[in-house]
Amino acid sequence: MAKARADIKPSSPNTAQVVLGLLGFRHAGTVNWTDNLFFALSRLFALAVIAMTILLVVELLQGAEEAIRKFGLGFLVGTVWDPVTEEFSTLPTVIGTLVISFVALLMAIPVSLGTAVFIALYAPAWLRSPLSYLVEMLAAIPSVIYGLWGLFVLVPVIRMSQMWLKSHFGWFFLFSGPANYGTGVLAAGVMLAIMITPIITAISRDVIRAVPRSQVEAMYALGATKWEAVWNVVLPYARGGIIGAAILGLGRAIGETMAVTMVGGNAFRFVTSLFDPVHSMASQIASEFSEATYSLYVSSLVYVGLVLFVITIVVNLLGQLLIWRVSKGRTTVLE
Amino acid sequence: MNSVHGKFSATKTLFALGMAGILALSACTSAAPPSTPASATAPGTADNACPQKGVKELTGAGATFPFPLYSKMFSEYNTLCGVKVNYQSIGSGGGIAQLQKQTVDFGATDGVMSDQQKQQAQGGPVLHIPMVAGAEAVIFNLPGIQRSQLKLTPEVLADIYLKKITRWNDARITALNPGVTLPGTDIAVVHRSDGSGTTFIFTNYLSKVSAEWKSKVGFSTSVNWPGDIGGQGNEGVANQVKQIPGAIGYVELAYASQNKLTWALMQNKAGKFLEPSLEGAAQAADVASLPDNMEIVVTDSENPNAYPITGFTWLLVYENQANAAKADAIARLAWWMTHDGQKYAMPLEYAPLKGVAVTKAEDLVRKVKVNGQPVLK
Repeated sequence: MAKARADIKPSSPNTAQVVLGLLGFRHAGTVNWTDNLFFALSRLFALAVIAMTILLVVELLQGAEEAIRKFGLGFLVGTVWDPVTEEFSTLPTVIGTLVISFVALLMAIPVSLGTAVFIALYAPAWLRSPLSYLVEMLAAIPSVIYGLWGLFVLVPVIRMSQMWLKSHFGWFFLFSGPANYGTGVLAAGVMLAIMITPIITAISRDVIRAVPRSQVEAMYALGATKWEAVWNVVLPYARGGIIGAAILGLGRAIGETMAVTMVGGNAFRFVTSLFDPVHSMASQIASEFSEATYSLYVSSLVYVGLVLFVITIVVNLLGQLLIWRVSKGRTTVLE
Repeated sequence: MNSVHGKFSATKTLFALGMAGILALSACTSAAPPSTPASATAPGTADNACPQKGVKELTGAGATFPFPLYSKMFSEYNTLCGVKVNYQSIGSGGGIAQLQKQTVDFGATDGVMSDQQKQQAQGGPVLHIPMVAGAEAVIFNLPGIQRSQLKLTPEVLADIYLKKITRWNDARITALNPGVTLPGTDIAVVHRSDGSGTTFIFTNYLSKVSAEWKSKVGFSTSVNWPGDIGGQGNEGVANQVKQIPGAIGYVELAYASQNKLTWALMQNKAGKFLEPSLEGAAQAADVASLPDNMEIVVTDSENPNAYPITGFTWLLVYENQANAAKADAIARLAWWMTHDGQKYAMPLEYAPLKGVAVTKAEDLVRKVKVNGQPVLK
């Protein structure tokens, strides 16, 4: 459509067209200038997003400059965070952040997929809307509310579960940590799983619904049961979109701050079991920024932010790559 | 499978959560200014507590710990003088940074500025004017043991936080507590995970009473903790301690007493075991040895009735001011806060300045100068 219009010659340029022409828009000078204006505006907004991202990176680099000069890439592999001796590094929080995010993803994917399949394919019509609505509402709850709920309700339950796990399976390294704290990797993981389930569910449901009826009916025609149709056709067909949904969920989990801070236990050291207290990058920045009393300290926190930004981008790129690999031309939500 | 799907729409769920407790500095209800301002001679009397040179607004930024008190004080000051004081409680670090760049009229901090920070202050020498003292309670969770039934010495507390004493029935703890049955549970050591003045005072105290703590950990708003779990804010620490049997932590006194937390008796420098109290905190800040610049953390005070984990919170003001009217307003505000304003401290659970501390604070306020001339005589 755009190409077709570009061929039409202008009659006489008006002000908007001149402005657009000056801005270098290729559509300036066509007949329908409102259309052009809309095009220009939407392009402007799209460019603004890119500009904002670039500015963000520049700002992060500037803020982190002092720490980058002082610690260089050693910041990424160091294991000490000591504001007293002015020594900073970020490996334990990077690992902590990734570990709790993946624990969350492991728990959220089965639940989300089950919910999505049920809503899209099994639920009776009267139940479908309320159920969708409830799932979407979970996504609207502010994370500090999740955090408070986590601290008062979830953590005691987790503590009891941990004590049980430790007394029965304490020989297994994942269950060997300090069980009585309650806060830690498991609590943070469960918390995040609950928080990312709505987004994964909502997208997976839409993707599952987008699977062409003809595919499923062909399966039925071959004598497949509903379960077989779901397992052999619907899920493989929707694979790319479901992975996309999971990546979006992971992105949210990595950047989540308040809830993790409240249930994570926030100890700056390596996690070796599911019960160990864990500190995430986002929560460390949020907790320490306001009382960071000298410039290198502030700069190091910004450096952590920069690393977090890079990790988020890498995770999303990997996700896109994965979607592209598995979907191979099929419709996906992210493409 | 083939029925009509419920229409998917981005549900606009307006989640109306009760957003109570939005604390705002009182709207400017301008009171009539004092009728006849006396010539600025004896400052501090009621009729010249207010700025004399037409300043109607001051801005400050810094510590969050004294915010409830400052909020009350500035609201009262506005009613008294018609001067609006905008205070942003962005944290001591932020307050110091803004003062250094001279974007605020005064800063506020829970910790003393370092030499490096002082050098970066663009307006020259900075005065630390003490406002109130705060105390911190050491809280614990041992089933069957009530508030004030557990006694701790500074050395034992430091070794618990260093993870050298790891069980409650350690001989060094039981020796202090004859008649109390201590369980063999592991001690779960809880600290503040967010940077805070509370941590500054607590770690400063441990550094004074334990050479090992001083060399291994040191003190700051946030340190490299040997201990176990971090909690976000007073409420985070308190909750961890409440939920974990065998846990120990530290919180502000106000928080501990309002929430009826189980605290321990701490031994002070004179050897007395004391409950945390405002009176004990005020005593800590009333000793002859206070330095003139008041840049001291009064932990481990030598006053025999002092509660040991206590510290000041300060207003930060440039000694040499450029603007005479602003200088007048800042000095009078500081004077009022260290005198008449002190009556708001106790109800909000801060320890007011006492004895020597008041005189030293007065001397500091008198140091505020314009062109080398003191603003208040």
